[in-house]
Amino acid sequence: MRRLTIAEAIREALREEMRKDPNVILIGEDIGIPGGWGGPFTVTQGLAEEFGHERVIDTPISETGIVGMAIGAAIMGLRPVAEVQYCDFLFCAMDQIANQAAKLRYMSGGQIKIPLVLRAPTGATGRGAQHAQSLEGLFINISGLKIVAPSTPYDAKGLLKSSIRDDNPVLFFEHKLLYGSKGARKERGGVELLGEVPEEEYTIPLGVADIKREGKDITIVAKLLMLHRTLEAAEELERDGISVEVIDPRTLVPLDKETIINSVKKTNRILIVDECPKTGGWAAEISAIIVEEAMDYLDAPIKRLCTSDVPIPFSPVLEGYVIPTKDRIIQAVREMLG
Amino acid sequence: MIELSREKLLLLYRQMLSIRLFEDRVYQLFLLGMVPSTLHQYQGQEAVAVGVCAVLNRDDFITSTHRPHGHAIAKGVPMKRIAAELFGKVTGCCRAKGGSMHIGDYSVGMLPAIAIVGSGIPIANGVALAFKLRKTKQVVVSFFGDGATNNGSFHEALNMGAIYNLPVIYVCENNFYGASTHISKVMKLENIADRASAYGIPGVVVDGMDVLEVYRVASEAVNRAREGEGPTLIECKTYRYSGHSRSDPANYRPKEEVEFWKSRDPIFQFKKKLLELDVLSEKEDNRIRSEVEKEIEEAINFAIESPLPSPEIALEDVYA
Repeated sequence: MRRLTIAEAIREALREEMRKDPNVILIGEDIGIPGGWGGPFTVTQGLAEEFGHERVIDTPISETGIVGMAIGAAIMGLRPVAEVQYCDFLFCAMDQIANQAAKLRYMSGGQIKIPLVLRAPTGATGRGAQHAQSLEGLFINISGLKIVAPSTPYDAKGLLKSSIRDDNPVLFFEHKLLYGSKGARKERGGVELLGEVPEEEYTIPLGVADIKREGKDITIVAKLLMLHRTLEAAEELERDGISVEVIDPRTLVPLDKETIINSVKKTNRILIVDECPKTGGWAAEISAIIVEEAMDYLDAPIKRLCTSDVPIPFSPVLEGYVIPTKDRIIQAVREMLG
Repeated sequence: MIELSREKLLLLYRQMLSIRLFEDRVYQLFLLGMVPSTLHQYQGQEAVAVGVCAVLNRDDFITSTHRPHGHAIAKGVPMKRIAAELFGKVTGCCRAKGGSMHIGDYSVGMLPAIAIVGSGIPIANGVALAFKLRKTKQVVVSFFGDGATNNGSFHEALNMGAIYNLPVIYVCENNFYGASTHISKVMKLENIADRASAYGIPGVVVDGMDVLEVYRVASEAVNRAREGEGPTLIECKTYRYSGHSRSDPANYRPKEEVEFWKSRDPIFQFKKKLLELDVLSEKEDNRIRSEVEKEIEEAINFAIESPLPSPEIALEDVYA
């Protein structure tokens, strides 16, 4: 089967949905400029040429204006895929995301729908504190949003197509180190990630986790870049006879609790590895679910391995220190298995 | 003066009267403890909502603010659905999920009102974008107050509306106060409409107490928008008779100022004009008043008699 990068898989999902449905439009900064980049990570390259500038809309650096315009267009039945260049910039549009996109349908008593996708590159890549955050976990606290965080090209394509067809606002987080360099900008320290993506049409429903590796001794839940570090760790641990089950939630809202709980019932141990900060974070939410619903199955305390509660520092030495690594995942597993 | 039919003139009058009497009645009920929460009322500004919405078609859209009752009545949201929403009843236009500050009715072209100052303006752009891409000739009006024009949303949205030539009309209701703060403390310009030049779009100042002037200026802006000539910023100088919200006695406003604006009351002025033009007689005025009062009482009774929502519906309508 052919192998694509995440950037290519996302581009293909956009192209297919735009061909299929004239209501799908793109809104963002630097996404369709002739001779430009196709967005900060080249994802939209070639789309303005195919679909024209009426449907691939370049914007000023106005995140509030971008998200607000996407919301209004979505209410009227278009299916905008808006984007910000780095998810850190979502904070510039926070009112539109949290007070408007998430709530307008509810406070209208269900009169309107907001079929909006907001793409946002996440994760630390050596750029310092304002282009580095992992914010996907933060948004789970805002009812009315769906949160998607794919880790592989196959998942990215199938989930993006479902997100575009979904009638709700979806925040779609893409990890900058997973885009790959084939036809895309190479990120220093990026995972050279190519994945099998079938030629034929497929979608992946939101709210279904994927067991990326089966195992019996311990469950690790991880997403985005941390999923890949976890899989590397699991490979090494296997050589020492430790069998790790790795679950990729793929969507944070809706969350496939059942797959995680069932895994814990089998392995009796759970480690959550997360690039989001630890305090009040997504890993804490997973922990709480396990305590509420599967506490009796645990043979060891739950452990969270998260990014330290600090802004992301610049120097690679410092950045590497605060974000979970393969070695620290291995160490955490060994400690838990005593 | 613009040429309007007798029927249209009387419609403008009746709508302004409807808003005034509805707001007065709701205030009485609020004082009786029958309306929960707070209220941001529209008395004094009626000529703006009515003058602008009278230009619009049913399938044109508006966005509104935390002070939306007047816009809702002018755009044609059924009064009984508005009243029921204020009372927190399940028959309200937003199924009791929205309340006073989020009145809206998609079927008549009013998005749920947006109570974060300035935030409706970028959303109006999106509505306009949909109209433009579909070449429907529909337009959208975004209502907001003077306070919103000091918010970043205003800047981002007007710039984007301008560069994309969107069919949107930005209607600023300058009532001179953002909550308790007078505009002179927060803006060096005398006219908010001057800000339009920063975006390369027309900006027009209009007497917001004169419904025919508002209608005339709105007509020009709406025509421009329908013809693909892009947005206009209209500043309507007007005044709210009440405080910012129901708990606000508005002690920060000089009595003389309030009296001055009340002497220019949009409904009184328009009635005078209609009497002079022989479009209206005192007798007909009484008839219109009693019809409006009857409609309001029916709406209030509908609200009072409507059931409260069953609590579990609080969990519905989050996702489509």
